[in-house]
Amino acid sequence: MISREDVANLAKLARIDMSDDELDHLASELSVILDAVARVQEVANSDVPPTSHPIPMTNVFRIDENRPSLSPEDALSGAPASEGQRFKVPQILGEE
Amino acid sequence: MIVNKSAIEMSQLLKDGEISSVDLTKAHLERIDEVDGQVKAFLYVDREGALAQAQLVDTKRKSGEKLSPLAGVPLALKDVMTQRGIPTTCGSKMLEGWRPPYDSTVVTRLRSSDVVILGKTNCDEFAMGSSTENSAYFPTRNPWDLNRIPGGSGGGSSASLAAYEAPLAIGTDTGGSIRQPAAVTGTVGVKPTYGGVSRYGLVAFSSSLDQAGPCARTVLDAAYLHEAIAGYDPLDSTSINAPVPPIVAAAKDGNVKGMKIGVIKELQGDGYQPGVLKLFNQSLEELANLGAEIVEVSCKYFDYALAAYYLIAPSECSSNLARFDAMRYGLRIGEGSAESVMNSTRAAGFGKEVKRRIILGTYALSSGYYDAYYGSAQKVRTLISQDFKAAFEKADVLVSPTAPTTAFKIGEKSNDPIAMYLNDIATIPTNLAGVCGMSLPSGLAEEDGLPAGFQIMAGAMKDDRLYKVGAALENALVKKWGGGILEQAPRLGIK
Repeated sequence: MISREDVANLAKLARIDMSDDELDHLASELSVILDAVARVQEVANSDVPPTSHPIPMTNVFRIDENRPSLSPEDALSGAPASEGQRFKVPQILGEE
Repeated sequence: MIVNKSAIEMSQLLKDGEISSVDLTKAHLERIDEVDGQVKAFLYVDREGALAQAQLVDTKRKSGEKLSPLAGVPLALKDVMTQRGIPTTCGSKMLEGWRPPYDSTVVTRLRSSDVVILGKTNCDEFAMGSSTENSAYFPTRNPWDLNRIPGGSGGGSSASLAAYEAPLAIGTDTGGSIRQPAAVTGTVGVKPTYGGVSRYGLVAFSSSLDQAGPCARTVLDAAYLHEAIAGYDPLDSTSINAPVPPIVAAAKDGNVKGMKIGVIKELQGDGYQPGVLKLFNQSLEELANLGAEIVEVSCKYFDYALAAYYLIAPSECSSNLARFDAMRYGLRIGEGSAESVMNSTRAAGFGKEVKRRIILGTYALSSGYYDAYYGSAQKVRTLISQDFKAAFEKADVLVSPTAPTTAFKIGEKSNDPIAMYLNDIATIPTNLAGVCGMSLPSGLAEEDGLPAGFQIMAGAMKDDRLYKVGAALENALVKKWGGGILEQAPRLGIK
């Protein structure tokens, strides 16, 4: 069971404002979905190794050399706000 | 009508000088004007860009330059792939109006093959869905019945093919988003081996599952497109550094004599529409008549695939979609602190299904629940890969119906996420194991006269086997039907 308060906390962690209606709706929906997906636990025994990636690969590096990259104009082309060659963002740290 | 031809037939007409790429492109743009008001496959049509590209190919051809097989042939691009300067929304309000400053590798390869990109096709928001109803813009409609879904997430791509708006399309498949739309629209779609086609410039949904691939109306057309976009890309660290399998040759060969075809016991029966199963069994008979040996295999952990998928994909999506933070690109809503701007932007920019999955994924990854949910799902992933490995020791390819049912009505399942998720029950195991899969038409189900799909699966980097078996079955069925399945579709438009 997942409560409305649980969903409110998850929404806060995920940085999504949610209305009371949304929280209620999601709490009941997520409980149903979690019930359905929890069956993975039936077969996930301790002797089974986890798979994070379907094709095993290790140490994928590129050659350490300069390559052309986006120009500042291109990089800023989709910015909601910019100033000079920088992204302009709302205040990140508090006043204190 | 030129737009009804296959991509390879169009290619031949271009080579023979029977038609120019400009005229071929114009014919498709006219077709889009004629029917897309009904079908709504496209989010953006790049008329000028497409005609300029076509003109360039015509000039190259006139000057005697050696061109690739698909040079001058039009294509529709799923709107999760970046194309420099062309709006890329992922079907989301979050990216409305965003014009990416770079090309995805798939687009770079299409350009070097001189393929003409007509525009961007509709999809479920950030490719999350099985019906294209989750697009923030509008649902796309199935050309077989405009009140039904064209599959999802790549419903715009599949519908554009079935409505003859484009002969080729690019899709992406995280849990079936190429194959299920192909199945319900009577078209062909292939999810290549994971790492077979570069993910660079594919807006990430679930990075360990996402795979771009070809969509077409025939197996051979899909093969040519697959070869054009496949191969190692240093810009994608999960790209496989190995030669592309001989896909086009396999599609031309289409000989299944002596091949072992494994029917997966767990992917039929309860929950599958009887008419879909009947077509599946008839297709098996066709393959047996062509000299293939049909064997039954059991993949007992496939019953857990859907559950594992709906933990892994939301978990990865909750992490991947954290990038939409209103700071560097995309939507920005509200004022005040960065955190409050993020909160209000993500509330306004994401739709219901995307939020549902982000919250589910955030839960599955949170401390205290990680082992029980995400960790367990990763273990199931191992068990499913082991099932595949054992099955591929008994058979060269594995087969099943692509989707349990034909296209359902728009709105029918939109309030029941679990019912919607069940659409992907047969396609998901392939993504979890990173192996490859194809869907091609198996016929029209007797209950409703709508197309169903036959799914073929092969081991990693054995994509050529999909095409060998797919071509064999397609040849036999087309002979039986007296033409391609789409010839039986209702005629849209005036002409």
